Amino acid sequence: MPAALDLEFSPLFAFIISRILQALPVMLTVALISFAMFAYVGDPVAIMLGQDFTEAQRQALVQDLGLDQPFWVQFGTFIGNAIQGEFGLSYRLSRPVSDLIAERAPATLELAFCAAAVALLIGVPMGVYTGLYRHSWLSRFFLTFSLIGVSLPVFLIGILLILVFAVWLGVLPSFGRGDTVKLGWWSTGFLTWTGIKALVLPSITLGLFQLTLIMRLVRAEMLEVLRTDYIKFARARGLPNRAVHFGHALKNTLVPVITIVGLQLGAIIAFAIVTETVFQWPGMGLLFIQSVNQADIPVMAAYLLLISALFVTINLIVDLLYYAVDPRLRLGRGQGAH
Amino acid sequence: MAAQNPLLEVRHLRVEFPTRRGTLVALDDVSFTISAGEVLGVVGESGAGKSMTGAAIIGLLEPPGRIAAGEILLDGRRIDNLRYEDMRRIRGKDIGAIFQDPLTTLNPLYTVGRQLAETMTTHLPITPAEARKRAIGWLDLVGIPAAAQRIDSYPHEFSGGMRQRVVIALALCAEPRLIVADEPTTALDVSIQAQIIALLKSLAREKGTAMMLVTHDMGVIAETADRVAVMYAGRIAEIGPVRNVVKQAIHPYTVGLMGSIPPLDRRVERLAQIDGAMPRLSAIPKGCAYNPRCPKAFARCTEDRPDLLPAGATQAACWLYAGEGKTNG
Repeated sequence: MPAALDLEFSPLFAFIISRILQALPVMLTVALISFAMFAYVGDPVAIMLGQDFTEAQRQALVQDLGLDQPFWVQFGTFIGNAIQGEFGLSYRLSRPVSDLIAERAPATLELAFCAAAVALLIGVPMGVYTGLYRHSWLSRFFLTFSLIGVSLPVFLIGILLILVFAVWLGVLPSFGRGDTVKLGWWSTGFLTWTGIKALVLPSITLGLFQLTLIMRLVRAEMLEVLRTDYIKFARARGLPNRAVHFGHALKNTLVPVITIVGLQLGAIIAFAIVTETVFQWPGMGLLFIQSVNQADIPVMAAYLLLISALFVTINLIVDLLYYAVDPRLRLGRGQGAH
Repeated sequence: MAAQNPLLEVRHLRVEFPTRRGTLVALDDVSFTISAGEVLGVVGESGAGKSMTGAAIIGLLEPPGRIAAGEILLDGRRIDNLRYEDMRRIRGKDIGAIFQDPLTTLNPLYTVGRQLAETMTTHLPITPAEARKRAIGWLDLVGIPAAAQRIDSYPHEFSGGMRQRVVIALALCAEPRLIVADEPTTALDVSIQAQIIALLKSLAREKGTAMMLVTHDMGVIAETADRVAVMYAGRIAEIGPVRNVVKQAIHPYTVGLMGSIPPLDRRVERLAQIDGAMPRLSAIPKGCAYNPRCPKAFARCTEDRPDLLPAGATQAACWLYAGEGKTNG
């Protein structure tokens, strides 16, 4: 049925296009705010010149960096370059920002991926379990444990893990990525034993909060869904428990869970800063913190722009997943039937 | 509808809800039978225990509710004390269920075809392809137009009445011998109600399925049921052939219930009404639970609780008929 296919795809396509168009002003605003803010948070010229300099040197540097131009011209140049993937030179390291970020991104993305995997693969089953067996002692234990995960600050968890596993037991490294392997421009820690070992503690540190959050969310949603008539009816039809719990019930908890997981994934990448600092993880977060210290405007602006692009992308994916999960949102479909 | 080997037999069923303030007795000493192919109507006010009885039979009482005493037998075999997994195999396969609100009974994320097919493959030794074929057949049978096209539709693409037809197909598709229908028309438009009842009735007759039809609509009972049980405050007040209960009610509560239905063939100035409200489970009065509202109550009614006693063609739990000699009033 080619006609039906058309019906099914065109609204989806239109939806994606409109979402991308909506994202543009968002990203422009983020760029403007970050750029404007950083223009007033410090004087890169003073930091770069150090103690001894002549007025001529200072003038030359200001001209070099384009800081003598009016604000809007600077911003326009920044956007124009950004569209071409150019974010200028880092004031601090005198290297292209895009290179710096490309160097650091794999470390952060691999860490975020592992943290998200920890959070999902452990959090969802724990949430289902505590939802189904509300009164078992294991559920009570999980809930108590999740309170710890929610209330302890990330840096403290990181330091405690280092104390136990790196200092006392000496089984895992306390900092760095271990050995990495180059795959094109991407450097991965997945292919070496030290690389994998180095991922363990930071991933747990970064994922623990998300894990407890996801567990509590899945639990609350499961409790809600298990009370619904369609679950009672599924039981009344004599369906096996596995089908009722993991098919009918879990699938109906997915829409809110996807929303939160999407946002949290963005948060994991964007706010890996603390974890990266604790573990001296050579990722984008650490780069950002070091850039803030030195008022390295191009790096900071590029980083924030990248993060906003990330959030916009994740939101788009989340919306597309709604489509996949919930047929009631697929507006284009079924209209033709009577 | 002879008494020999009833399909379903409920004996002295007692359902309790333990709460912090003590145990509430939701059903007390409920006994009745349903023969193969028979339709038993169960009527009463909200909270009388009609739905609770149905839930107890399909083994899905809401916790902390539990069967405290009595037994439920299907084909002479006790089913009230089965393990969850054994009872699960009976649900859907031997006892089907229909719920009140078709808008919330179907899982919104699965197509109706999938829900039908999974029910059949759970209980019947058939392949998924065969299940799909039968699913189309069932949709057709319950009166869904263009069933072959609608099989892959989601519940939200159907109207309320159509969804209740799907629910009926789901309840019947594994060919159970008993259907527990809990207010199957209450949530529907009046114009749709008659269609759904007619469909249920004809399918039950065609397949020889017995039915326990819970409703508070006397019209539905009069039209559909063979026998009727009137429930009040967790007990059966009167049970008997539908004609007798409707035309010559024995129990004062049934009399009141019938009196509150507007007759169509003559004008009445004012409908009879039963004063007061049904007592809460935590405050069921001593003696007959109906005594504070009963116009014919006498001393004994506030002291002892009456059991079901034969009274004319029906059985009624009323002291007025204790002496057997003074049948009918």
